[in-house]
Amino acid sequence: MKGTKVQFISKNFIRMILLLIAVSIVTFTLVSISPIDPLSANVGQAALGSMSQEQKEKLEEYWGVNESPVQRYLNWAGDFVRGDMGVSLLYRQPVTKVIAVKLSNSLFLMAIAWAISGVLGFMLGVLSGAFRGTWLDKLIQGYSLLIASTPVFWLALLLLLIFAVWMKLLPIGLSVPIGVEASGVTFFDRVQHAILPAITLSITGVSNITLHTREKMIDVMESDYMLFAQARGESRWSMIRRHGLRNIILPALTLQFASISEIIGGSVLVEQVFSYPGLGQAAVAAGTGSDVPLLLGITLVTAAMVFLGNFIANILYGVVDPRMRKGGTVS
Amino acid sequence: MNQRKKTLVIFVGAVLFLVVVTVAGVFCYDAARVTDFSRKNLSPCGQYLFGTDWMGRDMLTRTLTGLSMSILIGMCAASISAIIAFVLGVMAAVLGNKVDSVISFLIDMIMGIPHILLLILISYALGKGFKGVMLGVALTHWPSLARVIRGEVLQLKNSQYIQVAYRLGHSKMKVAMKHMVPHLLPQFIVGLILTFPHAILHEASITFLGFGLSAEQPAIGIILSESMKYLITGKWWLAVLPGIMLVLTVVLFDVAGGSLRKILDPSSAHN
Amino acid sequence: MSCQEKHHILEISNLSVSFRQYDRGTNQINLPVITNLNVSVHDGEIVAVVGSSGSGKSLLAHAILGILPYNASLAGEIYFNQELLTEERKKQVRGKEIALVPQSVNYLDPLMKVGLQVRNGDKSPGVMERMKALFRKYHLEQETENLYPFECSGGMSRRILLSTALMGNPRLIIADEPTPGMELSLAKKAMEDFRQFADEGNGVLLITHDIELALEVADRIVVFYAGTTVEEALVSDFESLEKLRHPYTKALWRAMPRNGFETIPGSQPYVKELPEGCVFGPRCPLFSEECEGEIPERVVRCGTVRCIKCEEDHSHHHHGREEAHTHAGS
Repeated sequence: MKGTKVQFISKNFIRMILLLIAVSIVTFTLVSISPIDPLSANVGQAALGSMSQEQKEKLEEYWGVNESPVQRYLNWAGDFVRGDMGVSLLYRQPVTKVIAVKLSNSLFLMAIAWAISGVLGFMLGVLSGAFRGTWLDKLIQGYSLLIASTPVFWLALLLLLIFAVWMKLLPIGLSVPIGVEASGVTFFDRVQHAILPAITLSITGVSNITLHTREKMIDVMESDYMLFAQARGESRWSMIRRHGLRNIILPALTLQFASISEIIGGSVLVEQVFSYPGLGQAAVAAGTGSDVPLLLGITLVTAAMVFLGNFIANILYGVVDPRMRKGGTVS
Repeated sequence: MNQRKKTLVIFVGAVLFLVVVTVAGVFCYDAARVTDFSRKNLSPCGQYLFGTDWMGRDMLTRTLTGLSMSILIGMCAASISAIIAFVLGVMAAVLGNKVDSVISFLIDMIMGIPHILLLILISYALGKGFKGVMLGVALTHWPSLARVIRGEVLQLKNSQYIQVAYRLGHSKMKVAMKHMVPHLLPQFIVGLILTFPHAILHEASITFLGFGLSAEQPAIGIILSESMKYLITGKWWLAVLPGIMLVLTVVLFDVAGGSLRKILDPSSAHN
Repeated sequence: MSCQEKHHILEISNLSVSFRQYDRGTNQINLPVITNLNVSVHDGEIVAVVGSSGSGKSLLAHAILGILPYNASLAGEIYFNQELLTEERKKQVRGKEIALVPQSVNYLDPLMKVGLQVRNGDKSPGVMERMKALFRKYHLEQETENLYPFECSGGMSRRILLSTALMGNPRLIIADEPTPGMELSLAKKAMEDFRQFADEGNGVLLITHDIELALEVADRIVVFYAGTTVEEALVSDFESLEKLRHPYTKALWRAMPRNGFETIPGSQPYVKELPEGCVFGPRCPLFSEECEGEIPERVVRCGTVRCIKCEEDHSHHHHGREEAHTHAGS
């Protein structure tokens, strides 16, 4: 029994590592085939001047024409594994350091949005699925479909317009110029500046979780065991409480962990609108400014977060579901 | 009027609206680029329903043109995506376990990179611009549809009547054409139409971030991105009205796809 | 409906169930799945409703319990203990006075332990005791309580489902294919528990496609064809072809292995394409023009039949009745 569990976890873990390697190869290939040469791009030129000899050599090692693409990838990957992601051309700092700062800003935002959209989406989805076809369901579904059709960045603009421009309740943005670190900002400032982006992300996140939870809830409501529960005289509320929630919680957790990718994607757009100095904004800056090392680093870090989320979801499933927990007669 | 007829009316209405917007947008292309400083910064009025911007360009024609560009690019890219989805989905279902697991690995990998980030990467790889958006959207929207197609084909493959058809000595090609295609086609078309709204949203998003169409084009992403600078001065119409039109377009695509599914899918018939 | 004057636990008259659906295109149609069905169950009786698989028999159970899907509509009357079962009353009696025994373990919540489900979440000592007693009665180990449904064997699940039904002290059990895919000898053994329950003065409505099993365990057989009851007969009537009333029942009889496996051509009509008049008409050897008119249900020899060709014959009347009693008592 224990063996299968260990096997299950290690299998999932190996798959995660393989996926990460695949992502790194694809990403590296993509930036390599780009006609945009990072070293001759404007920012790159400026960056070169301020770099140490050693850093320059390394850059040439990565992007130099003398080496084969495979060798270049291996050089880069070797350093990456050792924790050296290279030097950001834009920020003129090690990529690891840039990502650490930006990620801590973004995590704050994403964690709030993740929690709010998860809890709210779950509740709305369960209600909507359990009372399928009623006005409540139609209302929730209508809201979710409308939000799902709304571009995140436009929603951000709208909220900015309402709360910052018209009502003047919240600041318009942090407006930190590119290249300046967001240090020296107080915690209160941070919270104040994170409110609108977090709300925007939450509003968008809810719709997807709601729609998916609703689908699962409908499946559960149409199951044989729900029919039998009804035949045994259980009330609708009791059915939802005793069987519905029990059977929906696992798929919901999976959904919740799978939504990490979407939250990160959303944060890229939201941070751009609110000039929030997070990972998403850094990604956009890296793309516009041809900061290849930073772009590579951000892609891999976010992909790792997504895969880790999926990995945790799989493990949770294995631990919580008695059918997966083979022979588990735990009392 | 019963549900079924209502659904049909909704479908036709949504399609009509979208066609009108697209065609109108194409014809407005030149008008959308006319600058006239004698009429700049006008808020919405009878003559300029959506107002004008700081260069005196008519926002209604700009919005329509932007929408039609998004719709056309979105539809093109989504169609390429759907074809990829179809080919890979069928391959995964038909060519055995090894191919299946390779394709499922590929899907997991693509889903692993946040969508917008992958679009930025692809756009960067292709030197930004039109080609970048088109291929970016085309290469990233197939996984979910591929999964659906794979599931359908697997189910069909194992269904009794297909097995019987094989045993009767019908050739693979004949079985595929006679039994598989009629079953898959409706699924495929609905899946294709439901990919449109995503494609349109992502085209707008990536252009908004500056990785898509160039700034001279009146693309919807460009319009909204430019409006940001003027929001603080209270020119709300630059962002609000084009945005509402974009949401409406996406919603209508969703509605069209959803109602088409209701019409084609017999199992939803009692709804 | 038969000659017996016993107390009726369940009496269903002219029950019709139909589904709202969409035809090709945009026409909304009503799909009649059950039409003018009559069934009754008396004290101490097992009544088997026999019909081929997928003919909508389960909906009969769902109609009695008031758990039909939302797009179904219901007509006719159902009486339970001589009292009209309204939808409101159904809500009160289901799971208590009327219990369902479903087909398989799939009808249990896969993520909830068996004991909790049998007790329906009740943890009071009285309920605990009752469950333990039932488990003892049906040779289920007390540890069964802590198992998840997927950990139970087929035989265990069947007894668990029965215990579940008996927790509420019902007067009537509706068993919907309770022995799916079981061999006749095993199924017969499984049905002994139902016999015992009936012999305590209760009623069992057994819904099955297996006529052999029905003949072994039931007291009366109701033959279900194309959404309606074509005949209600005593088990003893199946001893010989002459005692049976409806041509379809006779066809069923001939199709039984011991009677020569002789099947008739054709298949049950789909509910959308029901023929005019007699539903069995197109496959009936006795078919004539009169059969296209209204076919009333008639009482013939202590049973009922929906056939205008069936002739009254009093010679078997008393014989059949006695047989039924002996069987019920055995």
